[in-house]
Amino acid sequence: MEQTLSNALKTTLDELQTTFGEKVLQIHHPSGDTHVRVHPDALISIAEWLHEKGYIYISDVIGTDRYQSSDRFEVLYNLLSLRAKQRLFLVVWLPEEDPNVASVTSVWPAANWYEREVYDMFGIRFEGHPDLRRMYMPEDYAYYPLRKEFPLLGIPGSIELPGTTPESD
Amino acid sequence: MGLESALGEGYLTTRVDTLVNWARSNAAWPMPMGLACCAIEMMAFAGPRYDVSRFGSEVFRFSPRQSDVMIVAGWCSYKMSHAIRRIWDQMPDPKWCIAMGACASTGGMHRCYGVVQGVDNFLPVDAYISGCPPRPDAVIHALMDIQKKIQTEHSVMLDT
Repeated sequence: MEQTLSNALKTTLDELQTTFGEKVLQIHHPSGDTHVRVHPDALISIAEWLHEKGYIYISDVIGTDRYQSSDRFEVLYNLLSLRAKQRLFLVVWLPEEDPNVASVTSVWPAANWYEREVYDMFGIRFEGHPDLRRMYMPEDYAYYPLRKEFPLLGIPGSIELPGTTPESD
Repeated sequence: MGLESALGEGYLTTRVDTLVNWARSNAAWPMPMGLACCAIEMMAFAGPRYDVSRFGSEVFRFSPRQSDVMIVAGWCSYKMSHAIRRIWDQMPDPKWCIAMGACASTGGMHRCYGVVQGVDNFLPVDAYISGCPPRPDAVIHALMDIQKKIQTEHSVMLDT
């Protein structure tokens, strides 16, 4: 599908490629969006660069279990430039064994809770995160519910139900 | 009835059980446990159109100490289940429980790790209501079933 990109976005993408070279792995445009897949090592420097270019607003951080043998996990940063009125998705792929990536909270402080949620659901560790605790599941929970191997109804008995006899006083 | 004819007009005899059950069944005050969209139908059940005050259950008590019937309306997460059980334990006996709607009865469409698949996993449910959400008439039906259940109970025990 032929894609018409705005000049602002085109300029940003060209500059991004010339500045970071082969750290920018892939640029594609699924259903009208712009996804920029970058090398996890260069994530922070690219994030800082984009922040300087006007992408000051992080709307979301999304985790995905791609369920592939290599680079199983994906983290997607949904960025918005309010000045240029452009949206850009920054993507990193992470390995199955010990998935971890640098936290972008130093660039966008709003990413704090988004990254905690991704950690809670997928077990992806964000290095340098100020407070990486679980968001929804119990703190001592041993599983990551949105991973593909996690059963739909959960692990039986893993979350405690209340007792059915009243506590004695 | 020999006794009534002996006493003349204006008297009737009954069992204490029947009298107590009649009183209890017509003053079953609900403890609203509105967790989701079913709570809207539960409010309609108490409102003037469906008018549950005809059955003596219009007094929604937000204190468990003053209520008799807990209506669990909506899906119940594992986190909420502890709060519900705690409120249930604070309700004085005798008490009854209605699982309102598909979610409270079975988990419904919330077939996932965070939602208890039916509140009967931790509560003794007396009446289940189908529907998503059920109509207020169905809640009245469940209440009437509970009234029938109350009327067949042995309320007064001989202290020997």
